Amino acid sequence: MARRLPRKDAVIIGLGWTGSILAHTLCDAGLDVVAIERGPWRDTATDFPISYAQDELRYRLQHELFLRPAQMSVTFRNSANQTALPVRNWGAFMLGNGVGGGGVHWNAETFRFLPTDFIARSHLTQRYGEKFLPEDMTIQDWGVTYDDLEPHYDQFEHLCGTSGTAGNLQGKIQDGGNPFEGARSRPYPTPAQKQGYGHTLFAEAAKQLGYKPYPQPSGNLSKSYTNPLGVTLGQCTFCGFCEWFGCANYSKATPQTTILPVLLRNPNFETRTECEVMRINLDNTGKRATGVTYVNSSGEEFEQPADLVLLCAFQLFNVQLLLLSGIGTPYDPQTGKGQIGRNFTHQTVSTAVGFFDKDKYNFNPFIASGSIGFCIDEFNGDNFDHSQLGFVGGGYIGQVRTNGRPLESMAVPPGTPAWGAKWKQALRDNYLSSVICGAACHASFYSYRDVYLDLDPTYKDRFGRPLLRMTIDFHDNELKMSAFLTDKYAEILQQMGAKQVVKQPRKGPYDVTDYQTSHLCGGAIMGDNPGNSALNRYLQSWDVPNLFVQGASAYPQNAGYNPTGTVGALAFWSAKAIRSQYLKNPGPLVHA
Amino acid sequence: MPRSPQATLCVVALALSAGVANAESGIDPQDFKQIERGSYLTIVGDCAACHTLPGSGHAYAGGRAIETPFGEILAPNITPDPLTGIGAWTDQEFIDAMTKGTGRNGTHLYPAMPYTYYTKVTREDALAIRAYLNTVSAVRNPVTADQLPFPLNIRASMIVWNELFFAPGEFRPRTDKSEEWNRGAYLAEGLGHCGLCHTPKNFLGGDKTSERLQGYALQGWFAADITNDRRRGLGDWPVDEIAAYLKIGHGRNTFGTGLMAETISQSTSNMTDADLKAIATYLKDPAGQNANETQNQSKAASDQVDMKIGAKIYMDECSGCHGADGKGSADLFPALDGSAIVQQTDATSLMHVTLRGARSVATDKMPTGSAMPQFGWLLTDDQVAAVLTYIRNSWGNAAPSVGAAEVGKARHAFVERGD
Repeated sequence: MARRLPRKDAVIIGLGWTGSILAHTLCDAGLDVVAIERGPWRDTATDFPISYAQDELRYRLQHELFLRPAQMSVTFRNSANQTALPVRNWGAFMLGNGVGGGGVHWNAETFRFLPTDFIARSHLTQRYGEKFLPEDMTIQDWGVTYDDLEPHYDQFEHLCGTSGTAGNLQGKIQDGGNPFEGARSRPYPTPAQKQGYGHTLFAEAAKQLGYKPYPQPSGNLSKSYTNPLGVTLGQCTFCGFCEWFGCANYSKATPQTTILPVLLRNPNFETRTECEVMRINLDNTGKRATGVTYVNSSGEEFEQPADLVLLCAFQLFNVQLLLLSGIGTPYDPQTGKGQIGRNFTHQTVSTAVGFFDKDKYNFNPFIASGSIGFCIDEFNGDNFDHSQLGFVGGGYIGQVRTNGRPLESMAVPPGTPAWGAKWKQALRDNYLSSVICGAACHASFYSYRDVYLDLDPTYKDRFGRPLLRMTIDFHDNELKMSAFLTDKYAEILQQMGAKQVVKQPRKGPYDVTDYQTSHLCGGAIMGDNPGNSALNRYLQSWDVPNLFVQGASAYPQNAGYNPTGTVGALAFWSAKAIRSQYLKNPGPLVHA
Repeated sequence: MPRSPQATLCVVALALSAGVANAESGIDPQDFKQIERGSYLTIVGDCAACHTLPGSGHAYAGGRAIETPFGEILAPNITPDPLTGIGAWTDQEFIDAMTKGTGRNGTHLYPAMPYTYYTKVTREDALAIRAYLNTVSAVRNPVTADQLPFPLNIRASMIVWNELFFAPGEFRPRTDKSEEWNRGAYLAEGLGHCGLCHTPKNFLGGDKTSERLQGYALQGWFAADITNDRRRGLGDWPVDEIAAYLKIGHGRNTFGTGLMAETISQSTSNMTDADLKAIATYLKDPAGQNANETQNQSKAASDQVDMKIGAKIYMDECSGCHGADGKGSADLFPALDGSAIVQQTDATSLMHVTLRGARSVATDKMPTGSAMPQFGWLLTDDQVAAVLTYIRNSWGNAAPSVGAAEVGKARHAFVERGD
């Protein structure tokens, strides 16, 4: 029997980026807010101190900062005619755990989506005609535009102190930046990071081929920065331990380094860690959330009543909690009806490895940060003519090598034995003179009728709740795109002077054991009417208006860029709507 | 509405004490301005630091253990509860306790209660504090203050102690100094009781008045030299920087941590800018202080093995934040080059921070609260000694080297303290 706790104005499920941003906005507005977080408290000096933060075995291979599959997992299959099995060791994506969420272990690439990404379907059909898109592709417009989000991208970048070079300042194209980006109202808060030799060589080669390389916008800061909340971040030391790791010296933008220190000083805010939300409770009409029920680490169950519920968990778990709570209609791939679980997407990542003459090239690959390097945007989104290519979508291409970590970042030319003296010699010969980028071609994953999430009929979690089931595979559109982008990247590696280039385009089927990125999207998407989406343009549930669902689960399809910048912008956008509209007049912000 | 006898008693007691005050001074203890002023002065005096048990939710209800070199004393309840607090005390009894160290019925307080400093507080200010304390929630919480071993548990022994070390008397302004200086002196020597931590003590716990504010080791930390000394003290700090440090908890090469973090967060960060500037002005006045005395401190020889090992450890473990050049990063990682804290005669605080880690104080103006992780598990006594000797004698720094035995002793003491 759950113990009923005193009412709060708002309950937040999950204290990562979006939970922190929403909590700060609402506490600042005077609301009494509690955040319920499944994982532990996380703090720089105690959880990833500089004395052992760079432990590849501990964090990268043994997944110290991540959710344990024994606590919660998902099941996976490629298609509806297969039986899904549970994931027992994370592979294709990593699920953060604890305060800060994915914001602790990310690489901190801080992009804005292209203006056309938000109107993908109307733009592509207008340019190429109605018949151009594959029949089973279910991409759609977001219901929100780049111009709507621009002030909030700006807010997120200035919260983080993002380092970069503007490419489009108020409509004027800037040298050295990305000329394809949407207009930004002001420059990045800090200049772009310094670049390594390999990164710089890529930029030179890209220029020689007629491209316009720009430095990857980075949440690993080029210089110390104090954000508008008064929180100070340090300068990145290029240690090369970003993604999968916590930053030991306060130089990666995370909730811990940007917003939590201020939030914790607010007496309106409370957080309960190691507490797992079981469900969102509804009243007898089913149209109003009354709060949440959660279980603490001792197995005691509590009911936390609240006027406003903010679902701020990771994408998969947002969708799972909606399904477990009976909110909205589950998606049915046969009929295409129902919104919860629909338009599930990931990312299409590929690369090529370049081997260079060891006597001429020394890249010192260990000097790196999580979002260092130069990129080109000529083949991203719809920046290029797709009419003769047989696919839509695209991605950025870059020498964005983030590390030279000894266990992970090694490559030997094809034909080298897999172990023994010859393998060791090949490693020695190539470690300093090869270019290995896990995500050199970082590209879109569009949505399809048969890629979706639902509740697994067989496998349950420790409480007996069904696990979430992923049904996902690559479609020809994405595989063609990946081959195309990988060829373009390989050309630049050749131009850089590589003596051998080994292409690794993305191949199907989707492999849940092979790491791509943690950019899972969709499943509870936003849109302009309840017939095509779970949420309205303010991330408010169409079905339960006192519920807002944050994060990438709202993306109708995934664009070529890393998604976190847009997650942050949407959180600020939604927070503003809640503060300035919803609190004054609680109810639907968009009338269907 | 039925009223409990206790509540009635409490109200009567309040009425009595208020009546007495009126008769004595003509000051209305229920006047809003008087209570507001008293509230501010309890912040300046940091009364809560001892009299509020952290986490208890009961302000001024006592029970916090005050660590002294002689044992622990529990801070008493100073809420208006008539039975277990000070509700039944007359104003004169309150003033005597605060400024003379005498309890009710002629008992003697231990100087853990800084009456040796509060003696300088004016009668008006003491009454204002009383007026404020009368307004806080009365909490019934009996506290047995005496926890000291024989013979210190005999309070009469304090009569002798007071004869030796206590100079009673209200603050007398110096006519040759500015009003600001006098305000600063009044606060620092009186309510602020800076010297309670910062002035070295003799073997009986009395202030070594000849070494005033030159720093003192207590509770696992070394309260730094805050004289105008240029190497170890405030000599190179402009007045505004000292005032800012007390306000926001962060200076160029010193971040408030340990005991000072508590003082900043509860007391100085809530003081007015004018009072902080006054304190800074007073502390910066070199008169009677050992200015420049330590400028000629010689560096530990850089060809010593310790320095070489220390340099290597520094590059591996420290330079990521504090910089290869020891310049740190503004507001985040303190500069070590030129840091007075790094060059104190006593390395207790340095050993503490290195072995156990430390968190800098977060304030409204500077909320980051950056922290240094602990290295005690990673570095041996020899290695800690080497790296500390290195930072104390690199760049422009010069200070006595730190020995492994000293580190070992500190390590053991910190384990025993457990905080």
